[in-house]
Amino acid sequence: MTDLVQIVSVFSAAMAVGLGALGPARGEGRSVAAALDAIARQPEAAGTISRTLFVGLAMIETTAIYCLVIALLLLFANPFVQ
Amino acid sequence: MDTPLHALPAFALGPVEVTWPVVTTWGIMAGLTLTVMVLRPRLALRPSRAQAVLELLVTTLDGEITATVPGNPARFRALIGTLLVFVLCANWSSLIPGVEPPTAHLETDAALALLVFVSSIFWGIRARGLGGWLASFAHPSWVMIPLNLVEQITRHFSLMIRLFGNVMSGVFVIGIALTLAGLLVPVPLMALDMLTGAVQAYIFATLALVFIGSSVSEDDAPPPPAKETPHD
Repeated sequence: MTDLVQIVSVFSAAMAVGLGALGPARGEGRSVAAALDAIARQPEAAGTISRTLFVGLAMIETTAIYCLVIALLLLFANPFVQ
Repeated sequence: MDTPLHALPAFALGPVEVTWPVVTTWGIMAGLTLTVMVLRPRLALRPSRAQAVLELLVTTLDGEITATVPGNPARFRALIGTLLVFVLCANWSSLIPGVEPPTAHLETDAALALLVFVSSIFWGIRARGLGGWLASFAHPSWVMIPLNLVEQITRHFSLMIRLFGNVMSGVFVIGIALTLAGLLVPVPLMALDMLTGAVQAYIFATLALVFIGSSVSEDDAPPPPAKETPHD
């Protein structure tokens, strides 16, 4: 029984990181593309745009970090494995 | 068990176990304090090289603070600057052989995020008064009260998780690369880790400033009483 739980936990950890990286990667790509477009149109606003971009990227990236934390919990602090 | 979620004890102080992140944190604090104590008596009108670097840092920081929160930047300079310098030194301390960055453990990040949480409440109450600060939770309408309350918790929680996840995953990846391949393979990964550490320190300081600034900002405060127009 515990073996099955361990197998499923390792598999789910890999799935969590793999699938959880997809969405943030697409989102960050779109936001960087939009920021580059904005800087190309208005180079004088580059400072403000890149500061906002950094904060926004950090927010988007948090979802991927959550997936990483879930994967770590499954691997190292799994409550269902004694 | 040696896992990223568990800190190894360095020594025991009676019944209290002191872990390695605590030792590294105090080492960084001592190093920063000593640097400042050595540099401070040597401040001169004609700056030396070290003083020029420090002045550049302070000027850039002031510019960033003014761009995010209008007003006198000296209010937030001590807190935000200390957060920035400490997180940067902590992230880069993994370059010293045998040292693990204290920010790669959840406890240090939780302490830093708690500091930001408490200071955002402190600045909010100080800028608006207790009633004004409480009223800011019902800002667009009273429907938003539960959401605003949850947001206060989750954004500081995510501040903690973000720093932990980024730094810890950097350390973890270098460890895996080191066990798989030889001496020079982890070097590019370590360079990437330095970049990530610097960006994360910047983001932590910026987000702390944004959170504190949003509790201070005057845009939803009651407008100042209108001046009476003179009768003529």
